Amino acid sequence: MASMNTNTATADESVSFYVTEEEHPEGSTMLGFWLYLMSDCLIFAVLFATYAVVGRNYAAGPSPADLFDLPTVAANTAMLLFSSITYGFAMLAMEENKLRATVVWMIVTALFGLAFLGLELQEFAHLIHEGAGPTRSAFLSAFFTLVGTHGLHVTMGLVWMVTLMFQLRRHGLIAENRRRLMCLSMFWHFLDVVWIGVFSFVYLVSVLP
Amino acid sequence: MSAHSHAAHDDVVHDPAAAGHGTFRGYVTGFVLSVILTAIPFWLVMGHVIEDTALNVFLIMGLGVVQIFVHMIYFLHMNTRSEGGWTILALIFTIVLVLITLIGSIWVMYHLNVNMMPMSVHDMRNMP
Amino acid sequence: MFSNLDLQKLIFGRLTLESIPYHEPILVVTFIAVALGGIVVLGAVTYFRLWGYLWREWITSIDHKKIGIMYVILALVMLLRGFSDAIMMRLQQAISFGDAVGYLPPHHYDQIFTAHGVIMIFFMAMPFITGLMNYVVPLQIGARDVAFPFLNNFSFWMTVSGAVLVMISLFVGEFSQTGWLAYPPLSETAYSPGVGVDYYIWALQVAGVGTTLSGINLIATIVKMRAPGMTMMRMPVFSWTALCTNILIVATFPILTATLVLLSLDRYVGTNFFTNDLGGNPMMYVNLIWIWGHPEVYILVLPAFGVYSEVVSTFCGKRLFGYASMVYATVVIAILSYLVWLHHFFTMGSGASVNSFFGITTMIISIPTGAKIFNWLFTMYRGRIRFEVPMMWAVGFMFTFVIGGMTGVLLAVPPADFVLHNSLFLIAHFHNVIIGGVVFGVMAGMTYWFPKAFGFKLDPFWGKMSFWFWLIGFYFAFMPLYVLGLMGVTRRLSHFDDASLQIWFVIAAFGAFLILLGILSTLIQIAVSIMRREELADLTGDPWDARTLEWSTSSPPPAYNFAFTPVVHDLDAWHDMKQRGYKRPLEGFRPIHMPKNTGAGFILAGISLVIGFALIWHIWWLAALGMVALFVVAIGHTFNYRRDFHIPVEDVVQTEEQRTRLLAGQA
Repeated sequence: MASMNTNTATADESVSFYVTEEEHPEGSTMLGFWLYLMSDCLIFAVLFATYAVVGRNYAAGPSPADLFDLPTVAANTAMLLFSSITYGFAMLAMEENKLRATVVWMIVTALFGLAFLGLELQEFAHLIHEGAGPTRSAFLSAFFTLVGTHGLHVTMGLVWMVTLMFQLRRHGLIAENRRRLMCLSMFWHFLDVVWIGVFSFVYLVSVLP
Repeated sequence: MSAHSHAAHDDVVHDPAAAGHGTFRGYVTGFVLSVILTAIPFWLVMGHVIEDTALNVFLIMGLGVVQIFVHMIYFLHMNTRSEGGWTILALIFTIVLVLITLIGSIWVMYHLNVNMMPMSVHDMRNMP
Repeated sequence: MFSNLDLQKLIFGRLTLESIPYHEPILVVTFIAVALGGIVVLGAVTYFRLWGYLWREWITSIDHKKIGIMYVILALVMLLRGFSDAIMMRLQQAISFGDAVGYLPPHHYDQIFTAHGVIMIFFMAMPFITGLMNYVVPLQIGARDVAFPFLNNFSFWMTVSGAVLVMISLFVGEFSQTGWLAYPPLSETAYSPGVGVDYYIWALQVAGVGTTLSGINLIATIVKMRAPGMTMMRMPVFSWTALCTNILIVATFPILTATLVLLSLDRYVGTNFFTNDLGGNPMMYVNLIWIWGHPEVYILVLPAFGVYSEVVSTFCGKRLFGYASMVYATVVIAILSYLVWLHHFFTMGSGASVNSFFGITTMIISIPTGAKIFNWLFTMYRGRIRFEVPMMWAVGFMFTFVIGGMTGVLLAVPPADFVLHNSLFLIAHFHNVIIGGVVFGVMAGMTYWFPKAFGFKLDPFWGKMSFWFWLIGFYFAFMPLYVLGLMGVTRRLSHFDDASLQIWFVIAAFGAFLILLGILSTLIQIAVSIMRREELADLTGDPWDARTLEWSTSSPPPAYNFAFTPVVHDLDAWHDMKQRGYKRPLEGFRPIHMPKNTGAGFILAGISLVIGFALIWHIWWLAALGMVALFVVAIGHTFNYRRDFHIPVEDVVQTEEQRTRLLAGQA
């Protein structure tokens, strides 16, 4: 709700119809970004639904049990989870107005993120090399698209992180940059939430007999 | 909220917004819980601990849902007050739609697949 | 190294001189007309030295009022294109029987019905409602602009880019021949190897980004920027319907985006989501696209319902009957719209249990809409009804839409739908609700809010002409289609063997001709109104004696909308203010904080247009370059931290004093 700076005038019966004080409306950025994240949830919902429907259509090709290397997935998951907490530490540093610490934790987060992407790209390359690329079957199309879309989001997040580090260097922890850091925080954690769905449903459940 | 506190805060995180204010303990707790909730499903599958597939699926998905809650609370600082309740309302609405999309699609497509699976000539002749 | 052919492919992708349809006389003539018209318009702008003005005041404007107007202009232009497609179809179907094949070969006819649907829904109806919501909502809630003014500008230009892609397809290459939803396997590369489906995909993806962002924008605006005292239940009904519409947009357009991505992966990468082989399932596309498609039609109609609520209460001089139930009905419709989608493909074999569930939910969703109709009727009962043009559209809506709704409930019965699915009965039904509901609504809205936007009313005589041509034309055009559908005639056919059907098609063509006169009447109306603007002037800001906050401002409102943010005490805030003897503040003005104009949105949308074109024609280097440019510009824009300014107090004083003098002249 907008601020309630009403100006009830002098007499009791005269009621004011306009605000006369200085106005400081609340920002809408956090809500707006949250709404964007909700829309992103729905994109992933479609990709998960597609995986659920065609995920067993192996077209006489390799199945998840044939392809997925669970230790790698565990490593990936660990990378992302660590990156989540390190970004959390970055946010704590921001709250304490420590610019340098904030940037340092962001760099650590980005490194974990890069590790995640590196392992994932390696996995994809390996699958394609084995003839299990996205065109082999509907299952593989769905797999590559769902996991790949998540990976693309992580990539965008990293680009954003680097950009923001430059902007922090230039302007410091001003209000606008804090807003951006908080939006990136929401984004980054949201990606980890989606990954929970990915490793549970795509990797673990699919390899069950 | 008076004009003063607004000017001082410079319209940053004023209320416990969607990102909110975390604490060191909060993040560590969330992290430890997440590690546990990740390790268990991986162990179940990689160690072939349980035979029954349906039970496995139930456990893996269930633990995943719990971990999502953990992330929401400890990392995303979800609460009912943020943005006057609109944050959580948006989340609940989105979750409902995600469930409708997932369950609806699976239900519909399952029926379509079963009903529209190609039949042999013999089977077709024997239809009621 | 490279042979000539390889080099040409490298540079131009699959674009060749053959892509330009020299051999299609209709297109050649159209092109000449468009080129001449374009030269005249561009020439006039140059001659009158308006490029600077256009760039500064309109193209780079982040003012929701200007963006709203531009959306409506886009919609009206695309209405002409979409309706030309309709006339061409009616003409073809009126003459093509037995040995007579008409003038449109099937592959051309198929592009026309596809383009007609795509344009009318995505580039006419959606921009129209978006334009109205953009213009009106901030004013109705007492705000100075939307929550994210730059995004608003960007959203508009992305929509334009999508429209431009569709228009380009007319002269370079071809458009999709798959119908407006592009079902696979027909839309897969194997069966549609040309550029048509790709034009479709990229036009919608580019415009879709704009729409989704616009949805986020308006939700945040309504949630966060209402004037003090305007609780949710004191908000005008149009703003409520805008809120629900934009929630639907944010919650459903991502589904379209993702589904089209899957289709484009099939076409570009060779994946197998919807192919016939290698495990693909075309029905999954149908399922997903309708999970989007059904909420989409409620996105179209809810703002129209909002318009009717405002119009009926204003022109009956009464508070809207049953405000709370209107709000609840709107919210219920929004939620239920997600539970009915399968009724679009009852016949695809999901079986009795699934069909029954969706049949029942479809019937249930008609109930809140019925409640709304009763509320409007009860508002009219014992009201002092003034049959101004917007009210005529509203009354026309009430019985036309109800007929369409009834045929919808009929179709909701799966066994009935097995007979009527994809027949002309279906075509008649959805045109019935879309024209009777959405089109009449946006016409009413345009007429109602025109004086606010431009300072003079639209000429009532030509408004009434337009209304009567549309109303009577609609019935002549579509009632025969109900009859034909019940007789078993299928949709999307360009030729018929049974000559006994012809009379119905001729009647329908006559109806289309009447609607054409209706559209021409609107164009004449606009021209006449501009010429007679002194006579039709709105000097008070409240030409209809209306009830909501937008009417408290001058016509047109100043850039900042309100010199002082209003404080609201009741529903129908402006009516309340008038009742209580509100006095306009004449002093104590302050500088006003406003966002700056920017060209970044236009540029980003332009780059997106180039990327879309490049992807369609497989000009990979251009697409890559475009993506790099997009990133550079977008990221570069984020380095601009100085995006706002203050309107100096002297300017505010001057504007307000000007209004004071105008109002004094009226007293």
